[in-house]
Amino acid sequence: MKQTLATLPVLRAKLKEERSKLRCIMVCCGTGCRARGGMQVADAIRDELSAAGLAGSVPVELTRTGCHGWCEQGPIVTFEPEGVFYTQVKPEKAKEIVASFQSGEPVSKLLFRDTKTKRSIVTYHEIPFYSKQTRWAMRNVGRISPTEIGQYIARDGYKALEKVLSGMTPEDVISEVEKAGLRGRGGGGFDAGRKWRSCRKAKGDVKYLICNGDEGDPGAFMDRSIMEADPHGVLEGMIIAAYAIGAREGFIYVRQEYPLAVEHLGMAIASARENGLLGENILGTGFSFDIRIARGGGAFVCGESSALMRSIEGKPGEPRAKYVHATDRGLFDRPTVLNNVETFINVPLILDRGAAWFAALGTDGSKGTKAFSVVGKVNHNGLIEVPMGMSLKELIFDVAGGIPKGRTFKAVQTGGPSGGCLPEALLDLPVDFDSLTEAGSMMGSGGLIVMDDRNCMVDVARYFIHFLVEESCGKCVPCRDGLKQLLEILARITKGQGREDDLDKIDSLCFVLTEGSLCALGKSAANPVLSTVRHFREEYEQHIKDHFCRAGVCRDLCRYEITDACTGCTLCAKACPVECIAGDRKQVHVIDQSKCTRCGSCFDVCNFGAVEVRSAR
Amino acid sequence: MIRLTIDGRRVESRNGEYLLTLARRAGIEIPTLCHHEAVEPAGACRLCMVEITRPQWNGWSKLVTACLYPAEEGLIVKTSTERVLRTRREVLELLLARSPRAEAVRRLAAQYGILEPKYAVDQEGDNCILCDICTRVCATHVTGAISRVNRGVAKKVATPFDEASDVCVGCMACARSCPTDAIAFSQDGATRAIWGKTFEVVPCTVCGAPTVTREQARWMAQRKGVAEEDFYVCDVCKVAKTGLSCRKVMW
Ligand SMILES: Cc1cc2nc3c(=O)[nH]c(=O)nc-3n(C[C@H](O)[C@H](O)[C@H](O)COP(=O)(O)O)c2cc1C
Ligand code: SF4
Ligand code: SF4
Ligand code: FES
Ligand code: FES
Repeated sequence: MKQTLATLPVLRAKLKEERSKLRCIMVCCGTGCRARGGMQVADAIRDELSAAGLAGSVPVELTRTGCHGWCEQGPIVTFEPEGVFYTQVKPEKAKEIVASFQSGEPVSKLLFRDTKTKRSIVTYHEIPFYSKQTRWAMRNVGRISPTEIGQYIARDGYKALEKVLSGMTPEDVISEVEKAGLRGRGGGGFDAGRKWRSCRKAKGDVKYLICNGDEGDPGAFMDRSIMEADPHGVLEGMIIAAYAIGAREGFIYVRQEYPLAVEHLGMAIASARENGLLGENILGTGFSFDIRIARGGGAFVCGESSALMRSIEGKPGEPRAKYVHATDRGLFDRPTVLNNVETFINVPLILDRGAAWFAALGTDGSKGTKAFSVVGKVNHNGLIEVPMGMSLKELIFDVAGGIPKGRTFKAVQTGGPSGGCLPEALLDLPVDFDSLTEAGSMMGSGGLIVMDDRNCMVDVARYFIHFLVEESCGKCVPCRDGLKQLLEILARITKGQGREDDLDKIDSLCFVLTEGSLCALGKSAANPVLSTVRHFREEYEQHIKDHFCRAGVCRDLCRYEITDACTGCTLCAKACPVECIAGDRKQVHVIDQSKCTRCGSCFDVCNFGAVEVRSAR
Repeated sequence: MIRLTIDGRRVESRNGEYLLTLARRAGIEIPTLCHHEAVEPAGACRLCMVEITRPQWNGWSKLVTACLYPAEEGLIVKTSTERVLRTRREVLELLLARSPRAEAVRRLAAQYGILEPKYAVDQEGDNCILCDICTRVCATHVTGAISRVNRGVAKKVATPFDEASDVCVGCMACARSCPTDAIAFSQDGATRAIWGKTFEVVPCTVCGAPTVTREQARWMAQRKGVAEEDFYVCDVCKVAKTGLSCRKVMW
């Protein structure tokens, strides 16, 4: 039924009332959990629930949620309102889960075990990975069914839109967003309110709004999780933005590899239309706006704003020079606002709770929270949303659980492929737009890759440049040919063929990339190299001059040796895939260098630090 | 009128002109490889970089491509600062490593003091520097028979699927506008081959000299609404006959 400004609050109150009496079993059916059998778990629990005849006095609901952002623990099952949290659930466990739902006794085998304290934890409220987060952008992620608009509405959904359309002018909305200090979450950190204002002021009757859900950073998945798990949150933000800038048509650009996000967004758009929240005459106010989904082919460069717009127009996804702003001439040459998924999902919060509330979160220059996709050598890989300004140290060690296997932290790469690597000395750095940029990295979309002493920084730089070579659109000379040359040099350094003047050449190539490239892909492509040269120059020099890769990654530049610290435990001999380690029990072991492939398995398994990496020479 | 300075010289502009146009009008030389008067700018070669600033930027400045940056009131443009020159030299180094045999590249590089490329030279590198002139010319003025395909280092100019194009009319506009003579073609009497397709060049109905291909004549006839046969008179005979240059009819 089409809602109006008068009926929506009544509906919300009724839904709230109904839902407050519910007990829910929530099964994560996001992309990660699905791949591990989440749907089967949900089906098994459904069958078990009907078998157990749980129709009693308290209404029970089985909800399939979107991704919680902690897929490594999946499939995840939670009980609401209690917050009981089960990890790695298999369909066979359905009976025990339903029994525990009835009795209140947790199934201890399915509980999360803290890596540090080795204690089992019952509810997610007590798990540091969750309790240390501040989930505002991800407020509904894992807490509602993304395909039921009622569940969104019951959690204060579309309340901000209702408020906006009940008497705020577009100007009021823009000033509120400006006052909140909302900066774009997609990379550049551009002031969202200012962008909206320029577009509002731009001449023309036809204006467009686009949501960037391309998310091309390898390893990043916060936008996917948000679109999958809370699609209405994104829509609500977009509708408010459209009202502010005066757009009647909008697009959500999602990559083809995100089928579930596309499906959920599609369903959300349909149900928002049915409910009078999208389309003609929204909430009976005369304001009209509609959204279409545009699917991207998955090229990294298509996330760049001008390339993205060309791609929606059906042209090849190549960037253009941005001497004329998209807010004046963007999609189909009309004034256009492009914002990121996470930017949009913050908008309803700002309008609902007020700019002052939002601006109280975060730092002076970076307001609110930021979702990070933390991967690599940390105990907990997953999505972490924290207030801007939290230190890298706290994020990595307290929230993400620190470095596994007792290894030492070496660097953290922030900002995706064109971000930079920061060393241990900068761990106290607050995570916000400006601090990261100053340190030679960037916020990017919020990818964080944690590295330990087994990561070689030259190899890391080579890896990212290789990615960028593959993803450069090839239009301009510095990016296309400069990256190719850069990759060639980095590759030869990791193979032990580095030359004396290679660091100078690297410097020149980074200069021309940064100064000469057409779009931000090329302009920021030097970051992985510049930051590793800046913070880990010694490692480059060791590779070139001493033929030594201390991390034991570049196989031509290292060899493994077993020292007297060896206790003869035989672990390494068992781990060696080519069986080239000899030695009796309780005797110091020896590696046959002629057979060793330098895979480092012995180094990784030794509990006594007896395996050492030495220079190949 | 928009007033700005380029290398200290005051220049004026009507709306919409690019810095490159203004500089050239003022007699200031800026090198270019992807610029062509007949098509919209692309900003691909990055040679025409200039440094811009304003008094209120407090010493901050940035590099932009002169071929694409529109004139703005009060702008201070410098075309040969150390930052500009270093960027230009590095771009030329990359082009020279890519297309070591391209005459236009070698000449420009030499002008900037680069005789031997410092980066690894692509020995197989052809002369195409992907300036995008041919494709823009064909798309804007002819039939759009060629385009740039693939991404990154694999990018190249080609017909769809590298097959003989359905729409190429063999007019040679691409090959003639290529700054590095990278487009292979051959002409043997009345036969012309380009982009994997062979064309018959129709002899002049008056003197017998080669005129245009049949496909080109047909295409132009359709577009201009004139008879196909009108194009089978060579330039010399046409001038003799009408006193008009055939070029005007063609483009
Ligand atoms: C190579 C490249 C890739 C990008 N990829 C994305 C992306 O996947 N998602 C995104 O939101 N922004 C991406 N951006 C940034 C966008 O160009 C644009 O700044 C952003 O979507 C604007 O939204 P915001 O102001 O809300 O951050 C990319 C930029 C570049 C240069
Ligand atoms: S910088 Fe790279 S991605 Fe951007 S336009 Fe140039 S070649 Fe394309
Ligand atoms: S063939 Fe010539 S005109 Fe065409 S892109 Fe290559 S260099 Fe430019
Ligand atoms: S899909 Fe379940 S936590 Fe990500
Ligand atoms: S002439 Fe301006 S970029 Fe090539």
